[in-house]
Amino acid sequence: MMNLKTIITVAALAITLGVQAEDIAVTGGTAFTNGGTGKIENATVLISKGKIISVKSGGDIPANFRVIDADGKWVTSGLMVSNTNLGLMEVPLSGSHNDDTLKKAESVIAVSAADAINPDSTIINITRVEGVTRAVTGFSSTGSPWQGLGAVLVLNGDDLVDHAEAYLQLDIRDNGARAAGGSKAGLWQAIRKKLDGAQKQQEKSQGDNTNAAKDSDKDSDKDSDKDSDKDSDKDSGKKSDNSAEQKTLTAVLAGDLPLLVHADNARDIRRALSLKTNYGADVVILSGKEAWRVADQLALAGVAVVLDTMANLPDFDALAATQLNAKRLVDAGVKIAFMSSDTHNARLVPQFAGNAVANGLSWEDAMNAMTLYPAEIFGVADHYGSLAAGMDADVVVWNGDPLELMTSVDALIIKGDEVSLQSRQTKLRDRYESLPRSPAFVK
Amino acid sequence: MTSKNTPFRAKNNSCRVLVALIAGCLLLVACGQAEQGDFVDMKQDPFPSTYTALLSAPVLITGATVLDGNGQQLDGLSVLMQDGKIQAVSHEIAAPKGATVIDGTGKWLTPGIIDVHSHLGVYPSPGTASHSDGNEVGAPVTADVWAEHSNWPQDPGYLRAAAGGITALQLLPGSANNIGGRSVTLKNVPGRTQQDMKFPGAPYGVKFACGENPKRVYGGGKNSEGHRPSTRMGNIAVMRQTFADGEAYIRAWGKYERDYRAGKDVLPPVRDLKLDTIAGIIKGDIIVHNHCYRADDMGNMIDVAKEFGFMIGTFHHAIESYKIADLLRDNGVCSAMWADWWGFKMEAYDSIRENIPFVHGAGACAIVHSDSAVGIQRLNQEAAKALADGRRVGVNISKAEAWTWLSKNPAKSLGVADQTGTIEVGKDADIVLWSGDPFSVYTQAEKTFVDGALVFDRNSPPFQPIADFELGQPGAGDIK
Repeated sequence: MMNLKTIITVAALAITLGVQAEDIAVTGGTAFTNGGTGKIENATVLISKGKIISVKSGGDIPANFRVIDADGKWVTSGLMVSNTNLGLMEVPLSGSHNDDTLKKAESVIAVSAADAINPDSTIINITRVEGVTRAVTGFSSTGSPWQGLGAVLVLNGDDLVDHAEAYLQLDIRDNGARAAGGSKAGLWQAIRKKLDGAQKQQEKSQGDNTNAAKDSDKDSDKDSDKDSDKDSDKDSGKKSDNSAEQKTLTAVLAGDLPLLVHADNARDIRRALSLKTNYGADVVILSGKEAWRVADQLALAGVAVVLDTMANLPDFDALAATQLNAKRLVDAGVKIAFMSSDTHNARLVPQFAGNAVANGLSWEDAMNAMTLYPAEIFGVADHYGSLAAGMDADVVVWNGDPLELMTSVDALIIKGDEVSLQSRQTKLRDRYESLPRSPAFVK
Repeated sequence: MTSKNTPFRAKNNSCRVLVALIAGCLLLVACGQAEQGDFVDMKQDPFPSTYTALLSAPVLITGATVLDGNGQQLDGLSVLMQDGKIQAVSHEIAAPKGATVIDGTGKWLTPGIIDVHSHLGVYPSPGTASHSDGNEVGAPVTADVWAEHSNWPQDPGYLRAAAGGITALQLLPGSANNIGGRSVTLKNVPGRTQQDMKFPGAPYGVKFACGENPKRVYGGGKNSEGHRPSTRMGNIAVMRQTFADGEAYIRAWGKYERDYRAGKDVLPPVRDLKLDTIAGIIKGDIIVHNHCYRADDMGNMIDVAKEFGFMIGTFHHAIESYKIADLLRDNGVCSAMWADWWGFKMEAYDSIRENIPFVHGAGACAIVHSDSAVGIQRLNQEAAKALADGRRVGVNISKAEAWTWLSKNPAKSLGVADQTGTIEVGKDADIVLWSGDPFSVYTQAEKTFVDGALVFDRNSPPFQPIADFELGQPGAGDIK
């Protein structure tokens, strides 16, 4: 049994170790800096205290830096993929914990995926060993057009949440319409009612706050959303939910919290743009299979699209789907990022990117669309997304072009920690290489 | 005995009195002159293929890097296609009169990709409820249904698949049932009826499913009492009883045939469409395609097959084939696999990226399949990933060998290896010309030929077909 002092000492040591990540130099590779200083040959990437401290060609390696030799290899920032349920699910069809699906919630607007993230999910390490270090995660269904708050994860450590409330999601496809009563007319009425209501509430609350400040009056006001209000238990419960929802919608109306709008056909995408023009929301289109048809309007409005590069089968909601979507959007000046339609294989984002390049996108844009661009779209670009001094040290060493099918990861660093390339899958692989009589004894 | 063909009637006068007196069949036979109804043959082909190759001039492709499908890579080779067949494969071929000559320098030429696991046509695009024709869920055994009768030849997915180098494919019923029905093998040239697509001479297949799906569909939730199967042991019991019934059916038909040959005027057994298929499996006329994920499920099915004297042709999905690659090799069973799908259900939880190369490396038959209207468009990419994953752990396989996963082994799995799957003189000219190395993500199929006819050309709009559904809609005629 440990006494309290030992526990404190051990805990302190653990914290110290956690903070003092190793100093690492990744040397000799060809680095792609994604918004840093371009392509760098014979690059030296210096990493200290979890951050990149410099990226340059050649140069001295300070003493005590452990060297990872990337000679002849490619070095990039860790990759980022969008539209996953990472950390929220394990085996969806078999009823293991599936926190990505909500049947009911106090508020489908303020409910936050970050509250349910499980760092022990095997999908986390199976994903990161492929060079994916950041992921956008959220709910897959809520029974409402409003799909709650999604998060950006960093795929290492006990607390995966990098940015807890990165966006609010809204589904305006047929699914969303069904949840709102059947017709898209009903859906839009419901959306406007919610946003108009939040706007009024905000105006009122701003007025109240002004009065309150004037009069130094701390009395409760029935309509105020301030958390300091104390009513009866029942009322305060209700109020605090309204408050969280109001806070979320206020951030959306201020353009501070991205509104990720799931839409595929051109008509819905045009409609989604009205949320920017009429309400000032920072609209981002999710999926956008026909977005290329609206490319100029999207570019003009500065609205980004998070897309599936392989979507090219016609549906009534996406008749004009084509793999040229990515190229056409970028040509028009629209910022893009790549989504996965399958959480377990979100790790395939380099293949999504490669297919976009095969269909006309430039390699550099494809690389940016899984690093810098999603970082900017989802609000983490101040610390992730480019291979540059001051950024979190998410660094991947590849044995070839990262977009190529036959390339793999040789070294993986996340926030300055070199991470093992083992996963439950590699362990299964190693166990069965010899076809053992009793596998449980092969460790 | 109440049939029109009453066994008591005889046409030979000399026997008539005797018949009237004794009314005995045996004696009728002894007379040797009993009137018999027409012999009813159990084997029938009521929906024959009406496939015809599209018109084509001779095509000579010169100087390409060829993966011949038999495991060889040959650089700077020329291939001549004429009259739907591969006419010549050589370094120097003179172009026949009227031939189209294509410079294949810098390009790669391979046998067309064959997908053994597709639901195109039965779950077509657009994916509306009205188009959901792939699972006849009414009973655990629906061996009487045939996937071809659900095939909508207007599915735009066929055209997308051609753009990905698919020249032939097998349509399977879904995996709800223990036995979901017959499959059909197609040439990837859509027509007006499903019969227009049927691969001439291809044997029928049948779809089995192990594991989670049938027990969930039939015994799941509120059905668990009173509905079978609801467990894996229930699945096996359903299969064994079905094959026991099939044996009895074969015996009944055998007796009918013996009696008929002996001159007796006998009625054939009542036709049972389910047992027609089961009997066809036992007799080896219908190839078994078994959706099966777990190693233990596969082990059970191999023994069920042995018990009833048939073979499992291919385990599909086969997530855990790597755990029993030796058993699969020894029993001559193919595995049709994904490169990296995993985890969407419990029986897919133990997937590893090296499944395909490990199965190949153990000497068993490996196939890359799609089960997806998206995946079928880039099966070469799946092979590339699997190849790299294998090499990383020391399973050294050449690109030419890996191509056997995409054409030769699928052709074998479908029973059409004599017609297609390799680049050899005399074989069907089912061929893809790639813009470069097909193991690169940047490479695309440039031209796809089925029976020597161009069915897709990335650089020529007349050879970028448009499905009926897409005609007159936004995006029609666009590059997809």
